[in-house]
Amino acid sequence: MDFDSLTFQEVTRNFGRRRALNRVSLTCRSAEMTAVLGSNGAGKSTLLSIAATLLSPSSGTIRYGAQTAREGGAALRGRIGFLAHDLFLYPELSAAENLSFFARLHRVSDPANAVDAALRQSNLHERRDDPVMTFSRGMRQRLAIERALLHAPRLVLLDEPFTGLDDAAVAATRTRLSVLRDAGCIVLLTTHDLEAVEPIVDRAVVLAGGRLNAIEKGDGGLRAGYRRLATS
Amino acid sequence: MNFVRVVWLVVRKDLLVELRSREILYTTVFFAVSCVLVFAFGFVREGQAMDDVGAGILWIAVAFSGTLALGRAFERERQSETLRALLLAPVDRPALYVAKLIGVLTLMTAVEIVVVPLVALLFQAPLFRHLPMLLGLLLAGTVGFTGVGTMFGAMLARARSRDVLLPVLLYPITIPVIIAGVRGTSALLQADPDPAIARAWLSLLISFDVVFITLALWTFEPVMTD
Repeated sequence: MDFDSLTFQEVTRNFGRRRALNRVSLTCRSAEMTAVLGSNGAGKSTLLSIAATLLSPSSGTIRYGAQTAREGGAALRGRIGFLAHDLFLYPELSAAENLSFFARLHRVSDPANAVDAALRQSNLHERRDDPVMTFSRGMRQRLAIERALLHAPRLVLLDEPFTGLDDAAVAATRTRLSVLRDAGCIVLLTTHDLEAVEPIVDRAVVLAGGRLNAIEKGDGGLRAGYRRLATS
Repeated sequence: MNFVRVVWLVVRKDLLVELRSREILYTTVFFAVSCVLVFAFGFVREGQAMDDVGAGILWIAVAFSGTLALGRAFERERQSETLRALLLAPVDRPALYVAKLIGVLTLMTAVEIVVVPLVALLFQAPLFRHLPMLLGLLLAGTVGFTGVGTMFGAMLARARSRDVLLPVLLYPITIPVIIAGVRGTSALLQADPDPAIARAWLSLLISFDVVFITLALWTFEPVMTD
């Protein structure tokens, strides 16, 4: 299955008495990169988890093209790449074993080649057989980004993709995300690193108090727009 | 075919992780052996075991070490939230349940390979007199216990008090398994063994397995969503 848009319609998510998302509506299209900004605990990760089908909304609907997550089922999940705050890697396994496991689980046609390419892309090919538990945070992050992108997903969801990365890795990741966007992916990411994403995102929205507000062009840049919306 | 492929992939991954860490194997075997030894100090006097205790102690060791294995198996998937990665994969989710069940069963088999001869030795229990029937009881009982436990382990993987909740939920539901296992094994250990009684308890265990594993396969997908 394939789709060219992701649409949140009046999505609300409650955790007990706390409301993390309050009637959020947002449409992300193919070949578009959207940044979701907000302070800690604003609901950014909840929004991404719902988009990844790992969490159900308390009310409202999410559509992938014309389909809901229930209608899309396993085929839809196969078109989603998700980098969460926790990296979804097995520390006892090597970098190559982790990627190989997820490549086979996602039925990548040539897993060995895909794993090699991913290790080169993340600049980890020389450490391919080392257990992930011996990696630094930044190396794990680079590996986790490749794990999320290994199966060429249509919808790319990245929760804080620049965490722990050095300057060179941030630049490489920005280039990688731009290439994905240009290839027609729907890219939705959360970050606190506004300067890192400003040159590459097509638009940005701010989550505050469970509600979503767009930063308009001409707001004086991401930082100024974010400050205005996050504190209003 | 895809179902079997996914089961194989996840089982192989779990066994590889366990082979590297040996954490669950060592802790469960050590716990089961300790459990049997503690009972041996209580129930063996001057080299003579009290009558009819071997069956009960064998199944207590299996149940307690099984609970430990179930908890640790899902703790491992929780640490880096890899359970969510498995749930996001484009696979039949019941295949993940079956894979986890087989992984825990493999560990429990290793525990039983150590514990059965130890119980036979310390309690002078003639466990090997009706070996095929004993293996049948152990297999059906362990499948029933871990079948229910795997379902609860997955459900509780993200609960804050999962270590407390797992035995609280697991033991009441698996009481029929423990009773059938103990009574069936006991029928084989008495001075005048009664294979017919053991067969009846084995039938009950198989019925339990069929009912609860069917239920788990049926409910795993909706239970794991959200």
